[in-house]
Formats: sequence, structure tokens, C-alpha cells
Amino acid sequence: MKRALPSRDELFEILGGVMDPEVPVLSVVELGIIRDAAATDDGVVITITPTYSGCPAMREIESEIRGALDIHGFGPVDIRTTYSPAWTTDWITGPARAKLEAYGIAPPGPVQPEELIPLRRRSALVRCPYCKSENTEQRSVFGTTACKSIWYCNACLQPFEEFKAI
Amino acid sequence: MSTPSLFPYLLRLADDRLVLGHRLSEWCGHGPILEEDIALANVALDLIGEATLLLKLAGDAEGQGRNEDALAYFRDSGDYRNALLVELPKGDFGFTIVRQFLFSAFALLQMDALQRSSNAMLAGIAAKAVKEIRYHVRHSAQWVVTLGDGTEESHGRAQGALDELWRYTGELFLADAVDRDAASSGVGVDPSTLIEPWRAQVDEILTRATLTVPSVTYMQRGGRDGRHTEHLGHMLAEMQIVARSHPGASW
Repeated sequence: MKRALPSRDELFEILGGVMDPEVPVLSVVELGIIRDAAATDDGVVITITPTYSGCPAMREIESEIRGALDIHGFGPVDIRTTYSPAWTTDWITGPARAKLEAYGIAPPGPVQPEELIPLRRRSALVRCPYCKSENTEQRSVFGTTACKSIWYCNACLQPFEEFKAI
Repeated sequence: MSTPSLFPYLLRLADDRLVLGHRLSEWCGHGPILEEDIALANVALDLIGEATLLLKLAGDAEGQGRNEDALAYFRDSGDYRNALLVELPKGDFGFTIVRQFLFSAFALLQMDALQRSSNAMLAGIAAKAVKEIRYHVRHSAQWVVTLGDGTEESHGRAQGALDELWRYTGELFLADAVDRDAASSGVGVDPSTLIEPWRAQVDEILTRATLTVPSVTYMQRGGRDGRHTEHLGHMLAEMQIVARSHPGASW
């Protein structure tokens, strides 16, 4: 026998237990990957959006979402992908940003409107997640995953990653 | 826009990215320093991701049941519609970086315009791509300046790359019936309208890099019609061998 239909909030609460495989301190809800969730008598429809066009973790994320919902017996899980509006780091909430920093990843700054062709090195300060110094420098725009860049702290001499604002 | 024009238009967008993405992936494990190995692989991933979405859309527009994998792995070089610029072998790091800058500056203008496409899926893909390409432009432009305004050796290599690549840039901005049809219907952008802003941005960076635009005026062309250099076939042979040897396999 199937349970009563879960509300959108209940579905989001369940999905709040699904952690991102690359950044395991954040759930897929905190990252803003889950755009919508709805249940009908025919099953559950979850709408997700990728962080980057080529994010290789999306298939893993889909399978974990499916796994988290299947055990509740809501019926078939239909996962749909939307590309619009495009994912932005502005969807990562305040508490989630604090979790990132505690994990050793500098949280993303606000997405700044900038000239179309961003030719100049950006001036925004990135705080070291370890010693909180702002005496840091970017070593590479690209890090171990598409969503991060590599930085170096001149104060505590620790390399660290920053979640890029996009 | 009629379906017969939409398919070839989307194919051009997708093939530029798939072929360049594969060329960049050839650097994986061979980058000059660890950070650049990672950076080039990241850019490759973005481009192949964009290509996947565009090929899927193209396959839907074609309506013959071909998905993104069928279009990537089971077309021969004569059916590819990428510009010649992106299929040239990766060369040295300077060549790869100069090409990346020339292409990314073009791609950013192109995708910026396509955010306003009347095709909602294409507009969504473009809006996402713009965010990614901003980083590609920043990364490659910084390196063009570093190499060009660097040592005698790095300057010579960057200038040599620019001399060789320049004659392949014209094709990016050529507009034919497919482009004009796409532009007039609101789906696409006429690439010839992008050359002025592109040239302004490229000149600014090349000047700072102390590099000189070669005086050649003859421009190579043919990729949009399926007439490619010999290099594309070799590249596709490597890219497609696993999928063609094991059709239908999944892992």
C-alpha cells in the first residue's frame, strides 16, 4: 500500500539528506540543484539543474536522488533536467556557505555583473577558509572540479579551493 | 524556422565544441604544469558538456531518432560541420592557448546573443554556456599575455601560433543560408555581426601581449560544408573507435 502523497516540503526534506558527491558537506537542496519536486498518484517528479553543462556528477546525483525516494514507496521517480534559469552560486544559502568554509572551501562571493569579455584579473577578495586571512592569491581559475578554483594563502601558506561565483 | 535549417545550424554549434573539447582532452596527463593540466581538462569538460546538450537538441530537431551519442560517434568527418580552426592538432601549449583565446572570445559573443534565441532550449543552453565561457576567456587571455609578453622563447612560440592560426579565424564569421535563416527566424545569430566586437577584444589582448596580427588576408574555409583538413579524420578515428567497436554498449 502506498503512503499518502508527500508535500513539496516533505520531498525537499528527504532530498536534503542527499549529499553532493563532490562536495559532501552540502546536500543537493543546499546547492540549488533541486528546482522542483511534486508527487502525484503516478509517482514523484523531481526537476534538477546541472551546476555546469558537463558536470560528470549529474548521473551519480540522479541515482542517489532515486535511491533516497525509492525507500519511501512514493511510486516511480521521474527525474527531469532543466537548463533554464541557469544554475547560479547565488542559490547557495548562508548556512550552506558556512558549511563550505568549515569544510575548507572558500564560499562563492556574489555574482558580479561584469563586462562581457572578462579580460582583467578580478579584484574581489577571497578569504582563506583556514586562517581567515584575506592575503590570498589565485593560482588557477580551474580546480579539481568545474565549480572550484585553486587559491593560495600567503598568511598560513595553505593552498585551498574556492567555489567560483557563476 | 524550418526543421531542415535548424538541424544544420545546431550541428555547427555542437561540432565546434565537441571537436575543440576533444582536442583539449588530449592534454589530459600532458599539461606543462599540474594546474594547467586540470584547467585544460576543465575547459574540455565544459565544451563537451555544451556539445552534448546541443547535439541532443540537434537530434530532436532532425527527428530521425539520432541521439547525442549517435551524432558524436557515428558520423564520419565529411558529416562534421565544425570550423577548421578547432580541428587543427593541439600543437604546443602556446598553440593550444592562442587558439583557445581566439575561439572563446568568439564563442562568448555568440552564446551571449543566443541567450535571446526564440528556441527556449537553445537560449537556456546558451545562458549556461556564457557563465562557463567567461572563465575560458579569462584563463586563455591571461596566458596569451603571459606567453606573448614573456621570454623570447614564449613570445616566439605564441607569435608563431598566431601566424598559423589567423587564417582559420575568418571561417567563424562567414554566414551562409543556414546562418541567415537561423538569424532571420530569431533562433540563431548571424556570425558576421560578431566580427567587429571580436576583433576589438582580440586586438586589446594581442596588443598587451606584444603580439602582431599577421598581414595575411586569405582565409581558409570548408568546415561548415564538411570539407575538412586531414587532421579531423585522424582525430575522429581515435574519438570514435570504442563506440564503433562496441555499438550499443553502456558503462
